[in-house]
Amino acid sequence: MPALLELREVSKSFGGVAANVAISFDVAEGEILGLIGPNGAGKTSLFNAIAGEIAPDSGDIRLAGRSLAGRGPVAAAAAGIARTFQVVRSFDSMSVLENVMIGAFARHAGLRAALHTAEAVLETCGLTARAEVAAMALTPPEKRRLEVARALATEPRVLLLDEMLTGLTPTEAQEGVRLIRAVRDRGVTVLMVEHVMEVLLPLIDRAVVLHLGRVLTIGSPAEVVADARVIEAYLGDRYHAPA
Amino acid sequence: MSLAAVVQMLLSGLLMGLIYALVAAGLSLIFGLMDVVNFAHGELLMLAMYATFFLWRGTGIEPLLLVPVVAILLFGVGMVIYRTLIARALGVRANRGMVQIFITFGLAIFLQGAAQFAFGGDFRSIGHSLLANRTVAFAGVYLPLPQAAAGVVCLLAFAALLLIARTEFGRALEATREDREAVALLGIDRDRIFALGWGLGAASVGVAGAMLAGFYYTSPDVGANFALIAYVTVALGGFGSLAGALLAGVLIGEVEAVTAQLFDPSLKQVGVLGVYLLVLLVRPRGLFGTL
Amino acid sequence: MLRRRRRRLLAGGVALLLLALLPLPIGDVYTLNLLILTLLYVGLSQAWNILGGYCGQISLGHALYFGAGAYVSTLLYLHLGLPPSLGLFAGGLVAAVLALAVGWPCFRLSGHYYAIATIVVAVIFYLLALNADFLGGASGVYIPFKGDSWVALQFRTSKLPFVYLALAYAALVWLLAWIMEGTRAGFYWRAVKDDPIAARSLAVRVLPSKLVAAGLSGFATGVGGAIYAQYVGYIDPDSVLAMPLSILIALPAVLGGVGTLWGPLLGAALLIPLSELSRSYLGGSGHGVDLMLYGGLIMLVALWRPEGLLGLFARRGGAGTHAGTA
Repeated sequence: MPALLELREVSKSFGGVAANVAISFDVAEGEILGLIGPNGAGKTSLFNAIAGEIAPDSGDIRLAGRSLAGRGPVAAAAAGIARTFQVVRSFDSMSVLENVMIGAFARHAGLRAALHTAEAVLETCGLTARAEVAAMALTPPEKRRLEVARALATEPRVLLLDEMLTGLTPTEAQEGVRLIRAVRDRGVTVLMVEHVMEVLLPLIDRAVVLHLGRVLTIGSPAEVVADARVIEAYLGDRYHAPA
Repeated sequence: MSLAAVVQMLLSGLLMGLIYALVAAGLSLIFGLMDVVNFAHGELLMLAMYATFFLWRGTGIEPLLLVPVVAILLFGVGMVIYRTLIARALGVRANRGMVQIFITFGLAIFLQGAAQFAFGGDFRSIGHSLLANRTVAFAGVYLPLPQAAAGVVCLLAFAALLLIARTEFGRALEATREDREAVALLGIDRDRIFALGWGLGAASVGVAGAMLAGFYYTSPDVGANFALIAYVTVALGGFGSLAGALLAGVLIGEVEAVTAQLFDPSLKQVGVLGVYLLVLLVRPRGLFGTL
Repeated sequence: MLRRRRRRLLAGGVALLLLALLPLPIGDVYTLNLLILTLLYVGLSQAWNILGGYCGQISLGHALYFGAGAYVSTLLYLHLGLPPSLGLFAGGLVAAVLALAVGWPCFRLSGHYYAIATIVVAVIFYLLALNADFLGGASGVYIPFKGDSWVALQFRTSKLPFVYLALAYAALVWLLAWIMEGTRAGFYWRAVKDDPIAARSLAVRVLPSKLVAAGLSGFATGVGGAIYAQYVGYIDPDSVLAMPLSILIALPAVLGGVGTLWGPLLGAALLIPLSELSRSYLGGSGHGVDLMLYGGLIMLVALWRPEGLLGLFARRGGAGTHAGTA
């Protein structure tokens, strides 16, 4: 499979503390890639660099060959990188449908076209029945779903999910997993940062494990779980040891 | 310009600046605590000035001795405003930011109207007191005593505010401001702290107003100009910063004095506001703002 | 959604028709004056609402754009003979440029810093105008009357033309808001208001979005200022540039319901007659009762109906309702 998203030697430090050190990996078109690691591994920083929220100190991030590093979140979104937020964000004075339309307007300038796109996305995400409800009235798992819907409405090539399954009940998490598979089946590449490994491992094609700001290893879920270094890294972080 | 004239200019800027600083400190305290800008702050100053004037006229007590009385009075006014209006405004579910702005604007208009109704539109001034109309001259520099006393009292009030910041109550204030959820766990009554914060903020204005009444005309709309300066001072010093308010207040007093001297007295506010805008372009959070 | 938009346009048309018929049975000049002022404020407050309500940038300096429109159209008429019917567009354009110039640096400030900066900019211009001889300084500018004319926008024999001029103004600003509600720019404004960080992650360019709102809002406010100047025939810094005017422009939208089509109309219909009536019946010789009433009303509505009086008419559905449907 060809690489859709390429990271080359991406480094970032905050006030002298290195969050990411020379990180390189490829995300293939159509795969679900998990970005995992214990606390302080640099996941959030890397996630935000890909989403354009922070500019790397050095290195490059390319989508389909086009460099995006340091060009800001708007450029990233316009180029085809959509994201969700760890702490859910929604446009609370708007309806669910209108929330998703904001995403749809990224590709469709007209009201009707944006409306139709948004309605189709709501269908995919199972939110059609809630279309006219105010976003602030949604339950927390519904809000997560709304974030995915809003991101999908921008018709992205890559969808970045920030701890989307964390804090959900097992049933809710299973629904989330189904949604992510449906997203991938529509041809969208998925890169997800996650803390909870139990739910993640059966879902992802490959995992990138970060530790202390560096890539520890890259491989299939089975390989990663069997890797002694990964186990060792997670031992320092008892609460989220791999399954 | 002679050296004496320069010293005179800087001195009058400093003295006025200290008053501005104390008025701004009250505003900054309230803002830092609960993210509310009190657009009726100038009207609190106006109330303090009227209180001083009428207490002086009614009892004949030396205005300088009335300062603590007026401060306590304003402390009560601040608490009442918090309990009746602000606590409710903090609790609304829609448009919270806008409600806060317009509720204090409504209060400002109401208080102006009430002052006009109760006291009429006349300009009042304290005619005779220990300090009134007295001046000390030294090497060609004239120091009006009411202004000088006001400067000293403002500095003392600042010292008191900084001392309060070190007490148990001050730490509770600090904690409430830094982490709204945590204080509930610590058993600090947030509502009570907020009310006391309003009391303290209003009392600061009370001190400034009591001193200002000694050399400035009191009228129902006297607050408007001082309020504008206070917002600018707070924005310049950084919202929530006491030291910032003090330095920004003095800076503004000096800019005002220099503009009035070099250009035209009617343009002194333009100079102040212009400097504020320039600073804000460079430092959107003010000189000392960390928020 | 499309049907709801059509229904609103229809309701707007009906309201326009009713308002057009309203002045016909009114004979007395006092009531007509009240109607003209109310309609002007419907338009002005809707203009403010575009930036303050839809886009959420609470400007407390709109008197600047109002004054710019008033002074530009008046001075162009006095010095160059440009008829105010054209001059009001020039006034609107200058106001729009000012709004962009103010917005460009100030939109980087958040919350209270922004609100205070807008006050300060407007006050600076007010103080400068007081000292500017070419603007007539503190004594202001008279617009000489040269006979009833739709070109010069001057009428003395009847107040009716001004009623319709004000109505046309209010209707056009309402229409502008209605149109923008259905555009990408209008949606983006609400996104920027609710959550700018989420908005930019969806490719919304936040600053340009605010600037478009500021430009349109400034333009519409400036046109209103030019119309006001022609109606009153005299302008000075206190009547067209002062701080209380900024509040009065924002208030109807705030009291009626921010970010809505009908809020400014409802708010102005209540506030302007109330403040004018209380001023003329209670305000004589500086009583202050009018101010107490006015201030009291603001506090009351803000606490009792924080979403605006329009909330009284919204469907009672709890979770099912949202600001956009009001």
